[in-house]
Order: sequence, then C-alpha cells, then structure tokens
Amino acid sequence: MAKKTIRTIPQERTPMPEHPAKERAQSFQEVACGYSLDNALREAERCLLCPDPKCIAGCPVNINIPEFIRRITVRDFRGAYDTIAETNLLPAICGRVCPQESQCEGVCTVGDTLEPVAIGRLERWVGDKALAEGWSSSPYVEPSGFRIGIVGSGPAGMACAADMAKAGCEVTVYEAFQEPGGVLKYGIPDFRLPNPVIDAEIENLRKLGVKFECNTLVGRLFTIEQMIDELGFHAVFIGTGAGYPSMMGIPGESLNGVLSANELLTRCNLMRARDFPKFDTPLPAGRRVAVIGSGNTAMDALRVSLRLGAEKVHCIYRRSRAESPARAEELHHAEEEGIEFHWLTNPLEILDDGKGNVRGMRCIRMKLGEPDSSGRPRPEPVPGSEFEFAADMVVYAIGTNANPIIGQTSKIGLNKRGYLQTTEDLETSLAGVFAGGDIVTGAATVIEAMGAGRKAARSMNKYLGICEKNSNAGTERVFGIPVDQHNYVRLRAA
Amino acid sequence: MNPGTQAVFEIVAREDYSDATFMLEVRHPLMARAARPGQFVIVMSHPEGERIPLTLADFEPAKGTITLVIQAVGKTTREMQQTCQVGTRLHALVGPMGVPSVIGKAKKVACVGGGLGVAPMYPQARAYKHAGAYVIGIVGFRSHDLVFWEDKFKSVCDELILCTNDGSKGIRGIVTDGLRICLEKNPDLAEVVAIGPPVMMKACAEATRARKIKTMVSVNPVMVDGTGMCGGCRVKVGDRVKFACVDGPDFDGHQVDFDDLMARLKRFAEQEKAAMQRFTESCRMKAPPEPEPLDLPDPFEEVRGG
Repeated sequence: MAKKTIRTIPQERTPMPEHPAKERAQSFQEVACGYSLDNALREAERCLLCPDPKCIAGCPVNINIPEFIRRITVRDFRGAYDTIAETNLLPAICGRVCPQESQCEGVCTVGDTLEPVAIGRLERWVGDKALAEGWSSSPYVEPSGFRIGIVGSGPAGMACAADMAKAGCEVTVYEAFQEPGGVLKYGIPDFRLPNPVIDAEIENLRKLGVKFECNTLVGRLFTIEQMIDELGFHAVFIGTGAGYPSMMGIPGESLNGVLSANELLTRCNLMRARDFPKFDTPLPAGRRVAVIGSGNTAMDALRVSLRLGAEKVHCIYRRSRAESPARAEELHHAEEEGIEFHWLTNPLEILDDGKGNVRGMRCIRMKLGEPDSSGRPRPEPVPGSEFEFAADMVVYAIGTNANPIIGQTSKIGLNKRGYLQTTEDLETSLAGVFAGGDIVTGAATVIEAMGAGRKAARSMNKYLGICEKNSNAGTERVFGIPVDQHNYVRLRAA
Repeated sequence: MNPGTQAVFEIVAREDYSDATFMLEVRHPLMARAARPGQFVIVMSHPEGERIPLTLADFEPAKGTITLVIQAVGKTTREMQQTCQVGTRLHALVGPMGVPSVIGKAKKVACVGGGLGVAPMYPQARAYKHAGAYVIGIVGFRSHDLVFWEDKFKSVCDELILCTNDGSKGIRGIVTDGLRICLEKNPDLAEVVAIGPPVMMKACAEATRARKIKTMVSVNPVMVDGTGMCGGCRVKVGDRVKFACVDGPDFDGHQVDFDDLMARLKRFAEQEKAAMQRFTESCRMKAPPEPEPLDLPDPFEEVRGG
C-alpha cells in the first residue's frame, strides 16, 4: 500500500449525520446519530498513521489512536476495540463527551493543513459497535486478595474500578443516588449521552466483577476511616465530584424560578421530570429561560430548557464566544437549535414580579480588557450599558465548589478551597486513601476525571504491591494483562 | 462483610396515628447505627417516584431499624400511605443525611415540636436527657385523638406541655402558647429547639429573641439529592446562603430568613396540586378532603416532610 500523504487522503472531514435542528429540539433523542460503516471507513482513511503521533499524548488516557484507526481501515473492528480498551474502558461515552478539539484532535497532524481526523467520532463508532456486538474485554486475572472501596460512581470512580478489577481486586463502588453513573446519569442529558449507553458500560464493569452499592452516602452512613478500619477495605478511592453549585450573590437569587443547572438537569435526567406526571418529580416550567454561563453544563441546561418547551432560551456569558469553555460541537448544536446567545453580558440583578417569582433580568454589557490570571482577556463592564429583558426562569451554570461531606466527616486533609489535598500520585493525607477527579481539581471534564481515576489506580496498585507483580510480566502497561492473553466473554449488551 | 447488600429497606412495622399520620419502621442496620438526632433521610417509594426528605423520628441500633413518621397530604405521601405496608420495601432509602444536632451542655432545654415536627423532636429530647439536661417537652396536636408518642416523650422529658388546638387535652392553644408559658415559668431556660412548620419555627424564634435564648430550628426546604449537589434547599441564614442538606438542617433560628424559606417552599405548589388531582382521580377515590388544617395553618408544610 502506498504511503498516505496529506494530498492522497480524503480532504473533507466526514460530517456526522445529525437529526435536523428543528425536529430534535422537541425531543430528547440523541442529536448525533453516529457514523455509518462507510462513514467510519472513509474517515479512518484520513489518518496519516504518523510514525511520531502527537494525538496519543493529547489524550488524557493515552489511547493508541493511530493503531485503533489503522485497525478500522483493515476492517479489524474487534482489534480496534481492543486497542482502545487497553486504556479506556468507556469508548462509547468518551467518544461522545470528550472535548476532542482541545485534546487529541487539537494536535492531529492532519489538522495542521486540513480539518483534523474525527478521532472522537471514530472512537464512538467503535464503542457503539462493541456494545452492539456484545464485545467486552474480560481478562482472566489472578485474584489479588485485595478489597477496594470506591466512593462515587461517576467517571473517576468507574475508571478506577475498572483498573482495580482488572488488577484482580474485589471492587465495591458506593453511590448516594438510587442508580450508578454519577454526572453521566444526572448531569449529561440523553440527547448527548443516552442512558442505555451508560448502563451498558456499567454492565461491562459488573462483568468484570465490580459491585455497585447505591443509596449509600459515604461519610454519613460510614466514614472513610471506617471503610479502612472496620469494613476491611485495603484501599479506598474518593471520586465524589465537585457538586455544590456556585451562585453569584446578586439580588434576587432566592426568587422562585432561580435554580442551579445541577437541579434542573438532575430533575430532568435522573428523576425523569421531563416525563411528569408519569414520573412524580416536578420541574419548573420556564417559558423564557436565561442560563448564566457558557460551559458544557450551561449548554446542557440551555438545550434541556428548549426541549422542555421554553419559547425563548437565552445564554448569558460575560466573555466572548471565543472564550466559551463549552465543547465546540455542543456550542454549535445549541446555536443551530436557536438558543439566543448574549456574549459579553453580565447579570446585575434578577427581577421580582412582586410575588416572589422571577420576571426578568438586568444585565450590563462587557468589553474585553487585558488578560487575567487564567490567560483569557478580562471582561470589564461598559458604563451605561445596562439593559433588562423578560425571563421567568434563571439557571446558574457558573461552576461548582467542593462538596463538603467527606471533609465534614473525616480527618482527611483539605486545601484552603475545601477540595481534597493529594500528592502528585493522588494519595490523600490518610494512608491507603486516594482521590481524583473534580473533588481534587475542581470542575473539569469527564475524560480528565477518568484519567485521574486511572492514575489513582496506578498509585493504589503500587501501594498494595500489585504493580511489581505485573511489571515483572514484561508488559509496558501497569495493570491488566497482555491482549494476547485476554479471555473474552461475549456479552449481551443492553 | 459487604455493607448495604443486606439493606433492602423492608418495612417491618407500621402504625397509623390518625387518618393522615402514620409511622413506618424500616430495617437498615447500618443506618440505625450511624444515625444521630437531627439527621434526615431521603426516600423513594417506587422507581417512578420522587425523592422526599424525611427527618428521622427514631433509630434503634439494637433492632437495626429506623423510624419515620409521615403525614399524608401530597401525592407521594398519600400514595405511601396506601402502599407502604409491613413486608413491602421502599425503592430507595439513603442517609443519614445532614449535620447531626449539636447536643450542648445546656442545663435546661425546651424541645418544641409542632405538626410534623413532633416525631423528629423525640430523638433530640432523648439526647438532651442523656446529656444530663432538664428537658421540657412542648408538643402540639389539633385534638386529643391525634396525640401520639405521649409516653415516649414523658419517658425522656422532665416536664411535658401538651397543647391541643381545641383544648381537648393538655392546654388549649398551639405550641407557641406552650413555649410562652414555659418561658414565663423558667427564667433559667438556656436553650430552645423547635421543629415544625416554618411559621411555627419563626414564631418560636421570635418568642426567644428578646431574651437572647439560643434557639435552634430544623428547616425543611425542597431538595433533590440531599448531598449538596442541586442547591434546591438553599436558605438564607444571616447574610449567607446555606444548603440545608449539607450545612444544616439545623440552623440558628434567630438568623434564618423564614419568609424566604416559606416563599421557596411554594416553588412546586402548582405541579403538586396537579399531581394530587390526577392521583385522586386515578385512584377513583371520592373527592379528597381539603388538606387538614394543621396545628398552624401552612398548606405547604407537608411538601417536604418534617
């Protein structure tokens, strides 16, 4: 086969088939339909299989991207899945929710000249294929005899659980909600990440031997210290997320109709308030909704509000579109669906209708000034530019603070912002207790949390002495066993 | 041992105290051991249900059970009144949640429970008694036939002031009348704890404000997760915003903005009314009786347990 060059590969990036904006804005069906086989084969051809690939380093969990794409081109789809599964057990999820443009695709060599290879879409295609075919890597592992307790069943906890199970440990994951999945379930809406995909990935973890215990509020039902001292866990991982939504402290925040994006999304997604009254959880029905913030959570809140029947949905963000932290595709979809964006706009006050309900907002225009500590231009108010507009619901999506429960109930060391203090290896101040994800770093992405979960698993293995055993086997990877020794089990996926 | 696996939230006992008020004893050995006065749980009675917070009315580590006292007024609680029978299971039960009440070294304490606050006041009164305090219990009911747990309270209180709206038992009046009598008779009263509808807690806090008697209240706002994640339960305490689920539910009654709390409790009044309507229609029940007037008129008291 002739060596591919930038001139010989398909020039245009294969578009993602999507439901039309008008139609999808009425329903919770997934927006992006996923590549067809032909789409995937064509897009895979666009990878130059660089000998010195930058994309692997751009991936927080270092998936061997050129190798899995190469396997797609030779129609070895199972091999493509195995390649991804070596470092990422949840490709169907990551392919959908990773901000690829700032990770693997952001450093893609093809992207220097053309649009980068659609790595995320290919990953999703492989992940979906694996779920449809019932593939799952269930390696034969020698039981290590160690018991691991994991606090929180979100992406950090799931990733850590997967790695520790593959290292032969007996893993129990605790979740406070009535079903596992954490932010993937309560936060990310179905039109972006359908629940059956999450359930199938959780089912895969169960097949690895991971146990999920829901309705368990660690800290209050039993403490972190009790997990080690009384419940017999040899090591514990804390991945409880950031939680605790921030407010701005402007007048009118306690009016009815003002809520956090977390509340809106949890009611709608996990508690299925969108199917009220079939489900009992009520949801405030906003006709004119204003969402403050422009991250991924804000995009979700905006698009959920639209689907719940709002006539007008506004996005209020104090910086410009270029600084929006949202994933490019989400921002694009939100614009397509008719969300009204107010860039360079800062809320001053939420207005009262006289009966304790929201009637509107007063805002001020901003302009960009000198770069601030985050490196982004600092927004500054434009004097005399105040204006008002009507709204009956205001949603805060401006980030979260640390959840206080673990800190309240344990002697574990916290930093001054209330997040858990860890070493470089994600070890906390308590022996045998590790932590990762938002509860350590503050709000970040799903894949970063997964990366932290895996990093903590590496440290846990080292702490428990499992690492040496596996590295003697002469494999580069720290845990799991070489692919050629995998004992695959066919699964029926949901 | 694998904690949690045994917990299937089986209802092991039930007692009905009136047409609307009933008690459930649920098996959950770990929670019975971990629970402290002032904490609450979140319950889902079935998979399509909503998560409702309920303050723990009792917990017995030896028996491995926790006790909830529920007033059936809204859709979910009325449904529970029908479906939660001995031998059945709750779909979800999580807790104990919230910061336990601080049982200080006060020498003389008044424990005021009104409406749904009567039952959750019991573990606090007991804890004060065990801590060596002189405990004055003040509990209120509408009428003598609705009185429950009188013996339980008598066993942990040095004095019990029972109030009924119609005067059919104890003194005639509401719990704030009881508190007023208590305040007159006891110049050395060091602390007041009040649990009940927001209007009642507000009245209690006002009654003690002039004398600067420490008054703790247990707030009961709307919440979803109960773990600090949704922020639905935020309350104004002094000049700060607190989340009842992880910063409370106990706060200094002199600092709580009760008007704000009451306004926020009405958030879903419309949807709840509609759900109730559909529920009664689907049950082919005769038109539901108007929600019973409670000790103090507060139509939203039931909304979020007590």
